[in-house]
Amino acid sequence: MRVAGKGLIDRSRVLKFTFGGQSFEGFAGDTLASALLANGQRLIGRSFKYHRPRGIVTAGSEEPNALVTLERGLAREPNSRATMQPLFDGLVARPQNAWPSLKFDVLAVNDVLAPFLSAGFYYKTFMWPRKFWEWVYEPAIRQAAGLGALSERYDHELYEKAYAHCDVLIIGAGPAGLMAALTAGRAGLDVILADEHDQLGGRLLSEIEHIDGMPAVSWVQAAAAELAGLANVRIMVSTTVTGAYDQGVFGALERVGPRVDVMLEGVPRETFWRIYTKGAILCAGASERQIAFANNDRPGIMTAAAMRSYLNRFGVSPGQRVAIFGNNADAHRTARDFAEAGVEVVAMIDSRAEAQTLGDYPLYTGAVVTGTRGRLGLKSIDIRQACGSVKTIDCDALGVSGGWNPSVHLTCHMNGRPVWNPVLASFTPQSGAIPGLVAAGAAAGEMSTQGALAQGQAEALVLVKALGKRRVKPSPLPVADATPYEITPVWDVGGRARAWLDFQNDVTVKDIKQAVQENFRSVEHMKRYTTQGMATDQGKSSNIAALAVLADATGRGIPETGTTTFRPPYVPVALAALGAGGYGKGFAPERLLTSDRISRDRGAPMVEAGLWYRPSYFPQDGETHWRQACDREVQMVRSAVGICDVSTLGKIDIQGPDAAAFLDLLYTNSFASLKQGRVRYGLMLREDGHVMDDGTCARIGADHYLMTTTTAAAGQVMRHMDFVHQGLRPNFDVSFTSVTEHWAQFAVAGPEARALLNGVLDRKISDKTLPYMGYKSVQLGGIAARLFRISFSGEHAYELAVPARYGESLFQLLLERAEALGGGAYGLEALNVLRIEKGFITHAEIHGRTTAFDIGLERMVSEAKDCIGKTMAARPGLIGPERDQLVGLRPVGEVKQIIPGAHLFAPEAEAVSENDEGYVTSMCYSPTVGSVIAQAFLRDGRNRHGQHIKMVEHLSGVTTLCEVCSPVFFDPEGERLRG
Amino acid sequence: MRIDCPLCGTRDRREFYYSGHATALARPAPDAGAEVWDDYLHNRDNPAGITEDLWHHEFGCGAWLVVRRDTVSHAVLSARLVKGDQL
Amino acid sequence: MRFSALKVLTEGLTGNRGWRAHWRDPEPAEAYDIVIIGGGGHGLSTAYYLAKEYGLKRIAVLEKGYIGGGNIGRNTTIVRANYFLPGNSEFYSHSLKLWEGLEADLNYNVMHSQRGQIGLFHSDGQRDAAIRRANSIRNRGDDAELLSVAQLRKMVPYLDYDQGRFPIYGGLLQRRAGTARHDAVAWGYARGADRLGVDLIQNCEVTGLDIVQGVVRGVQTSRGPIVAKKVAMVVAGRSSQVAAMAGMRLPIESHVLQAFVTEGLKPFIDHVISFGMGHFYISQSDKGGLVFGGDLDMYASYAARGNLPMVEHVAEAGMTLMPMIGKARMLRSWGGIMDMTPDGSPIIDKTHIEGLYLNAGWCYGGFKAVPASGYCFAHLLATDRPHAAAARFRLDRFRSGRGLMDEEGTGAQHNLH
Repeated sequence: MRVAGKGLIDRSRVLKFTFGGQSFEGFAGDTLASALLANGQRLIGRSFKYHRPRGIVTAGSEEPNALVTLERGLAREPNSRATMQPLFDGLVARPQNAWPSLKFDVLAVNDVLAPFLSAGFYYKTFMWPRKFWEWVYEPAIRQAAGLGALSERYDHELYEKAYAHCDVLIIGAGPAGLMAALTAGRAGLDVILADEHDQLGGRLLSEIEHIDGMPAVSWVQAAAAELAGLANVRIMVSTTVTGAYDQGVFGALERVGPRVDVMLEGVPRETFWRIYTKGAILCAGASERQIAFANNDRPGIMTAAAMRSYLNRFGVSPGQRVAIFGNNADAHRTARDFAEAGVEVVAMIDSRAEAQTLGDYPLYTGAVVTGTRGRLGLKSIDIRQACGSVKTIDCDALGVSGGWNPSVHLTCHMNGRPVWNPVLASFTPQSGAIPGLVAAGAAAGEMSTQGALAQGQAEALVLVKALGKRRVKPSPLPVADATPYEITPVWDVGGRARAWLDFQNDVTVKDIKQAVQENFRSVEHMKRYTTQGMATDQGKSSNIAALAVLADATGRGIPETGTTTFRPPYVPVALAALGAGGYGKGFAPERLLTSDRISRDRGAPMVEAGLWYRPSYFPQDGETHWRQACDREVQMVRSAVGICDVSTLGKIDIQGPDAAAFLDLLYTNSFASLKQGRVRYGLMLREDGHVMDDGTCARIGADHYLMTTTTAAAGQVMRHMDFVHQGLRPNFDVSFTSVTEHWAQFAVAGPEARALLNGVLDRKISDKTLPYMGYKSVQLGGIAARLFRISFSGEHAYELAVPARYGESLFQLLLERAEALGGGAYGLEALNVLRIEKGFITHAEIHGRTTAFDIGLERMVSEAKDCIGKTMAARPGLIGPERDQLVGLRPVGEVKQIIPGAHLFAPEAEAVSENDEGYVTSMCYSPTVGSVIAQAFLRDGRNRHGQHIKMVEHLSGVTTLCEVCSPVFFDPEGERLRG
Repeated sequence: MRIDCPLCGTRDRREFYYSGHATALARPAPDAGAEVWDDYLHNRDNPAGITEDLWHHEFGCGAWLVVRRDTVSHAVLSARLVKGDQL
Repeated sequence: MRFSALKVLTEGLTGNRGWRAHWRDPEPAEAYDIVIIGGGGHGLSTAYYLAKEYGLKRIAVLEKGYIGGGNIGRNTTIVRANYFLPGNSEFYSHSLKLWEGLEADLNYNVMHSQRGQIGLFHSDGQRDAAIRRANSIRNRGDDAELLSVAQLRKMVPYLDYDQGRFPIYGGLLQRRAGTARHDAVAWGYARGADRLGVDLIQNCEVTGLDIVQGVVRGVQTSRGPIVAKKVAMVVAGRSSQVAAMAGMRLPIESHVLQAFVTEGLKPFIDHVISFGMGHFYISQSDKGGLVFGGDLDMYASYAARGNLPMVEHVAEAGMTLMPMIGKARMLRSWGGIMDMTPDGSPIIDKTHIEGLYLNAGWCYGGFKAVPASGYCFAHLLATDRPHAAAARFRLDRFRSGRGLMDEEGTGAQHNLH
């Protein structure tokens, strides 16, 4: 119910929303939680395991209970914390994990069965019969699993990533954070002030306090106004700093969308920030914890501080008869504030005998709550008074304060362990746990407002000094509440009934004790066995109490028991935010050829080749199958001329007096001996002796080479060259750079290749001026170009390179000329057939496990010089008859099918691992040979040409008898290359 | 994670390629023998603490760096060019 | 105490007061026949099989922290037998068979769920590689099937088949692959070993190895010296430190691998899905959390935590592969320390020191190996002969080049596997 005259909400702006299909009204400034409470809606959700009825427990991101599914069109946002969701007009929320309804939930039967569902029960049963796990037990368990549900469709809502740099990141804008921001901001530091709520102020918004004689809220407003006026201060509200990472990197989640009623075009719902900072001050405050007593989980029971938040910030009382139970002085504020607001406070129960009252209401000192009643909402509590007598008190709301836990989480993200503070009965941050980060205020265990202001200022001044900014005289510290925080811990009231620790996962004191009984005594064992702290709140409000119960049950102290590790993110982060930009094509860059548009216009299906897109084939009218196009393109190259864009090959320009010596170290074969104007095929090994890459390299000038790499290995080779040069041969006078994208390069292949080129080049070429494996600098239309007489097809062929800006027009020109000569464009499919016919290899063969020996190129490893990989390639295991060696295969039996990936066996052998002798790497139908041909690796294959081998492909059930042959199927003498 | 490239300044880890311990700079002579080569290529001290490893500023200046780092804390102590710094 | 549905029932009726310790916490004895360093999955299963298969009694497992606190407790729980190179192939095949009988063997429900794993491929070349792998698996007698896009659309409709950067060409399905509850595996083996008389000694850090004239005599620990006839090193990411106590330098570099889990969601991912192009894999636990991971952070690390580049990359991979998971929220991220070898495959071998044995190099595939790793290592420890299924996991393969098992084909750079 609303309380007149209270709260920071705007009562003039009424907002309509629905929850579970029922319509409600709230006010601007409400959260979904406060609006539901204002409407008397106490039952919000169901717990995970026992499906216990649950209500709102907190007013922050640590909320374990009040999780709802938000709906917007297609979008479903499960497990949303009602306590963090600003209310807007038209908000639609649904309860979750309840069927058929929130009030009547079938699986609440689990609560009755609880004795059989104790900690770890599932490890002890569901084992028989074995197959029933997948058939019966697991499906049943999965039926009950989970909390909310995804829509299972992509909703296209916008999420973004962003980056920011600053001098100091201040995490939390309560008194410590505001004071730190004012101090650092006034001194000129670049400040980011982030707070996870949608307004600055932190707890000050929820407390009745005065600062410098004015209401705390007014002081907050003044501070916020001043900060907003400082150009060097960036205020980020609704922004949760989620993780601390190395070298001053922080992750942060800004919830942009939920702040506005209507999603505006281009406004993301959430933005994941990466913040780079020189220093950070953790002013994240503290959160209040529960006390374990029988049935302490009923709707209507919440933390005492949350109750105060709802009253003071939202003008809501969660009940009409309010009781408070605490073990510390702070809890009394709730009683005082409610009494002063005119709500009936029926009991202030303090476990401390010496507790003093702050107002006019019944005070029970030395008393504890021992039980509660009210299945769907609290009706009454039992208290055990100091004298031992038990009293029942009717109430519909109970605020509980078991003390405050400083929000140390971020300080643990680099494996730091928090330090037990017996005075606070809580953990405080380990200093230095995150380099460059200090804690201030309640996060550091400084619980009073005055102390928080002082610490925030002091830590900011340290940073101002360290970062060498102008020293401004610190303004006098505002005067604020300095009431000390006093606590005598009570963790567990005791008793036989179940008392909850982890509300969401339904972990009770009994479960912890049972874990100990079963020797899960280590805190990590206890956590994993009971699932304590593993719910969506990660045990923010329950871990310490569970730890205390564990410590008690094992007879150890809390510090000796230790904690589990807080890990990022501090609050759960949507994958859409963390992975923003990854959807669809955004996942990786797309590299397009200069010929891309023409190829697509001609209907060529484009396929991924690394990051590139290359045309697969160029279909013509009447062709209904890719093989028709492919066969035609192959025949076209073999009989006339074909054009293929080969610009994806890596191109590295190498210059300098030591270029030749450098290449001799990189390649297995010699390039020092290569004459100017000539091109040579080169083989490159990794240092472990396996083939890294192959390609051609042209000597353009005395000290100038141009290397080509395969498309796939271009980056790796460049990196490798950088390493070999800088790391192994720094004295070499050589420079090189990738020019892959500077040049568009086209293969012109086929008997008519020269005729075609002579039609476009400014000066004609001949065998004499450009022999096979020659290089020539040429001109076409006045443009300087590079011409290589090299061939990956086995035909008389060239590769013509022009600056990339001419690529598209050259491709167009070459196509026109080729078509006039009975040729045309060919794609990857034909390229592959042409190379298999010739026995050329690709990364299907040099797949990282093959050696020069395996592919029959061991003679390319020069005896005369060292090269990378030479020594290790000579290891006994990398040579010899036990190696699989490259061979050709052709079918010789009835079955003509050869399948890449199929394995090879002796014809009479059974197709099992023990008889495995190799595998097929590449296959095509060769229109030239008129048959299916293939490349394969076969044990001792070079000595087995002429033998028969059996290819078995289990998946399709194909067995093919093949003849082993040379991998070169066409023109083995290479006459066409030179023709 | 960030690394101070001596040429480019402080840069995000994403700009760098990592290849392992800086021992890779101490390439043995071709005839150093199987044991030496095996050790060079495969075996590592793999310290839990201060190490020196190789990072390539691949999406930056292209320099290979020897980065002195703590493998436990992830502290980066220094970064220098491998060029002229062979072990 | 034997676990059963009846036992759960009777305990439930009597207040669950009868449950006993899963394992004892004995004081270390002065001497053992075999001391196993490392109370992770591999160490515990080694101890279990030593006791069970070879009837050995005087065995201790020394764990510096708590049982199961290493990678067994921080992995993504995937169990499969889909390796294709000799060595790995027979080993993981053996392991999967042990998994299939594990619950009955241990009397512990490790929730081994053979829900099937699908490895997606995205090009003709990758399809060929998948066919090669699938045939290796079938040659071994294990199951593998190739799924067409049409079949995939039926089985896993939530993938983005139309807009993704790398189009889906098909998938390699292993139906017998799946997941298991990782902690339960450690606890089940620990309980099993304990019941067979193995001493599981927690909070006992090995600080030195006693080696006299090339023969191991025992270990020094934070709880005093322990004499041992044989000492087995099974410490995963910490292998280099323990081996260094014996003066050994291992072919291992330790790297951090992160893993992630989301908030609990109503189950909709019923398989394990692997997206090779993006180094991303995902399954959904029986509690409802999406459990997923990616590649190494790619720098040597003992920190058991990672950084944002891989966190974001993994999320991006998820968004391109199955954008409908966008509203799932990452709840927790963590890291494990991976013992990466130069070929990405493990080592189960004797060392040059008599009585000192090594089980290491599991890279980031150690979880599924736990049963066979322990089984084969126990065989080696008990008989001094390698088990047939792990005979290729030799330490000297790097020097000789014989029998390298480089499944990725990335060569002798530890972090690339």
